[in-house]
Amino acid sequence: MPMSPSVPQATASAPAPAVTAARLDALRGPVPPRSHDARTIAALTVNPGCSRRAVLDAAGVDKRKLAERIGFPARYGQSPFAITRGLAFEKQVKADGCTALLELLRGEPLHFDVPEHEYVDLGVEPTADSGTPVTVDRAGRYERTRRLFARVAAGEPLLADHPLLRLDVGGRTAYVEPDVVALSARPSGASESAPARLYVAEVKSFAVIDGQADPAKVGAAATQAAVYVLALRRLFAELDVDPRIVADDVILVCPKDFANQPSAHILDVRRQIAAVERQLARLPRIGALIADLDPTVDFDLAVDPPEAQGESGREHRSGVELGKSLTMIEARYAPECVTNCEMAFHCRAESRAAGGADALGRSVRDSLGGIQSIEDALAVADGSAGVGSEQHEAARLLRAAARAYDEALRVTPRVAEPEVDV
Amino acid sequence: MSTLTALARARAAHAGRAVPITAVRHVHLSDEPLVLIPLMQAGEAAAPLAVMAGTDRAAPQLLLVAQPRNRDQRFDFLTRFAEVLVPYIAARRQHTETVEPTKNHDEWERCTDAPQLILPNPAGVEALRLLGRSARFRTVDGPYPVDPRVPLLGRYLTWFADDRAPMPGSGVCLALTSALSQHWATGQSALEDQHLPALLSWIDPPEGMSGAEAALLAEDPDAVPPAGPTTDPAFDTGVLAPLVRAQEEARAAQDMRAVAKAEEELRVALAAQLEPTWQTVWRGIDVLRGLPAAASDKPRWQVDRGRFTDFMTGIEEGLPPQPKRPSAVAAARRLADLESARQSYDRSQAIDDPLVLARYRVGGEAFAGRITFVDAERQEIKGKRAWPRPLVVLHTQDEVILRPGVKLASPARVAQTVRLRAVRRGEAGGYEVELELQSGMGRGKTPEEGSVPLVGEERCYATFLAEQRGTRPELPETDKTPWTHGGPPWPHVARAEDQAEEWH
Repeated sequence: MPMSPSVPQATASAPAPAVTAARLDALRGPVPPRSHDARTIAALTVNPGCSRRAVLDAAGVDKRKLAERIGFPARYGQSPFAITRGLAFEKQVKADGCTALLELLRGEPLHFDVPEHEYVDLGVEPTADSGTPVTVDRAGRYERTRRLFARVAAGEPLLADHPLLRLDVGGRTAYVEPDVVALSARPSGASESAPARLYVAEVKSFAVIDGQADPAKVGAAATQAAVYVLALRRLFAELDVDPRIVADDVILVCPKDFANQPSAHILDVRRQIAAVERQLARLPRIGALIADLDPTVDFDLAVDPPEAQGESGREHRSGVELGKSLTMIEARYAPECVTNCEMAFHCRAESRAAGGADALGRSVRDSLGGIQSIEDALAVADGSAGVGSEQHEAARLLRAAARAYDEALRVTPRVAEPEVDV
Repeated sequence: MSTLTALARARAAHAGRAVPITAVRHVHLSDEPLVLIPLMQAGEAAAPLAVMAGTDRAAPQLLLVAQPRNRDQRFDFLTRFAEVLVPYIAARRQHTETVEPTKNHDEWERCTDAPQLILPNPAGVEALRLLGRSARFRTVDGPYPVDPRVPLLGRYLTWFADDRAPMPGSGVCLALTSALSQHWATGQSALEDQHLPALLSWIDPPEGMSGAEAALLAEDPDAVPPAGPTTDPAFDTGVLAPLVRAQEEARAAQDMRAVAKAEEELRVALAAQLEPTWQTVWRGIDVLRGLPAAASDKPRWQVDRGRFTDFMTGIEEGLPPQPKRPSAVAAARRLADLESARQSYDRSQAIDDPLVLARYRVGGEAFAGRITFVDAERQEIKGKRAWPRPLVVLHTQDEVILRPGVKLASPARVAQTVRLRAVRRGEAGGYEVELELQSGMGRGKTPEEGSVPLVGEERCYATFLAEQRGTRPELPETDKTPWTHGGPPWPHVARAEDQAEEWH
């Protein structure tokens, strides 16, 4: 079970934040932390119950490197063609102070009432490699963002490019970086007196063809945008401004059909906002999670430089030690993890080795009636094992399935008459 | 997921090898399928990179675009693609058979064969759909004239990938991973089953290896290139991008020798990515062919042949290309078609295949057992006539949760409806089910010979086999579409906007 009732609640017996932070730093070892971004926060809504990922993320462990060190390198990465196209498209939309974006909002079919904006670039150009270590002064950039939005709240029409926002994730601060813009506009049909609202615009390079796009990509974009909306609302709340100034709708800018021509679409992300909010609130309080950890657990990925040339550096922890530490934090593996988490292949191997039904997918596990192990399910099905009363119904179905399957093998199917060769 | 399929997956995981979940093959396999493996450029909506195609496994054709972002090269590629597909389809249009007139239909000519495209996975079918969409509105004149075969290719691809592929039971455009996982349960998840080499490894592992081990090896993109349509990002970075660049630079320098050399290198690299998949797809087809075809295979393929004839006739009569969005009436009709095809496909599979039927037994929609008592003489007097209403008692070990009054039918005699009269707990365990035969016994006072089950016979009865076949909702003629649904659709005109559609 991911969260047993015995896990102390944060309010009850969680250690002091400073203690937690120190323990998390110790878990990571003497390497710079990796922080949550919108993508990883969005991923939390996919598998919120996984303590292993929660601890690794909170400690800022480089999961990709960790996976490599324990022998399960994750195959991630984007094609250079996709990156080039994505950057070119974003540049096109944002050229000349986002002229193209503003035109899209004012034109068909949105007809937003958008005043003239002052364009302010708060950040640096995004680089091709999303895994670039953060070297810029984030606190400073956040402060600039905050000051800018204070002006926006006072009614100045400002278009903020590359703002840096903050979000509390599992008790630690994460920075999210809308590579996008927030601008104030009034939807068409809204009365003159209606206050202009602030919209998050998300630029994505997947195509919308005849008004339809890949639902998986739209879903991911919506969840990411919801993270930005949430972070922006928290910022306004801090500024003592009604957070509802940020609209529930986000603007998704995508290429139209087969061209590079951008088109704007309104996405209602209320559901995603609620999902992200719920998961953030539900995140097992990190303090409580790590308080119970064995003191020997750590994920120190540091490598000391070699003493002599030609020698390899000395690793603080061997792959075996790292693997052992991992097994001491419970994971909740599902096949979908492959798309969201760098540790997925390790967890899959672990789940398979343990004969866990999780490795077969959620729908299979549910159909096996909550029996955790494949061996157990098979033993129940063939009648060689009994079950507790709570699994009685599952056992009945499994036995019925085994009997129906084995009986059906003895029945002759109806086959097509053989073709007569001419 | 049914409990039975979940159990089959658990058994497969335990055995390290896939487990059959059907006894017969429920997809049609043509004697001469056209295998297509499309590769698309990452990041673009519909930029083809290459297609490996052919009906002969020993002689695949490789078509490629040296620079997918170049518009002329892309149309040139589509023309060459059409040169493969158009003759394949034309050959199947040649011979027809006369179909006798029925109440609703005049006598007509139906093609004796239909084309069949086989792709590695559903994403490949989606790639074809996008290619079809991008090509079908092109015209031979206007701002960007194309070869007349390009719009034709677009309409063909749209028919395969958009019109027929989603239709349950249709076999003209198959995604191999879907066809295979319809017949086998592996010891991995459905998500992992979308990887063709891994899926096939579970079903047909190489000598001396378990399916689980073979699938792990097959997942390594360095050893086994992905089955498309997206290429491995590492291949894009390490091989494709430098080759495309070299080729572009040579072109810019107008060094035709270098262009030819770069293109040749590109061809070799893409062939190396595609050939393993080509072999895997054919091996998958062999594995499927190893299963005997279900009895309903022929009628289903006959439907495909009919739809193919209709489609070709439409093109010959000069109908416009498929619209970007269907009209209200067309959409409603399409939905009804999909639903009724689903129903009839599920039904025919259950009738042909005891393993498919078994899933319904576990779900409580069917039960099977032995006939223990038969009263064939029993009659019911209705008005002035006596009707045969034989009574049958069946003993089953299945848990029967159905209520008296429910109508049932057995695959052994689908046209015969029986009514469930009572269910009792059997003295020796299980259930005694009392059934009344209501139809399918001929017109006489006594049941026809062989129409009543015999004591000792094994029978399975299922509710959904007795369900009335869905009737099509009545829909207005297209030109009478009410204003609530947008009114009659505008007739199609080849619009300059479509021809000029930018395509970078």
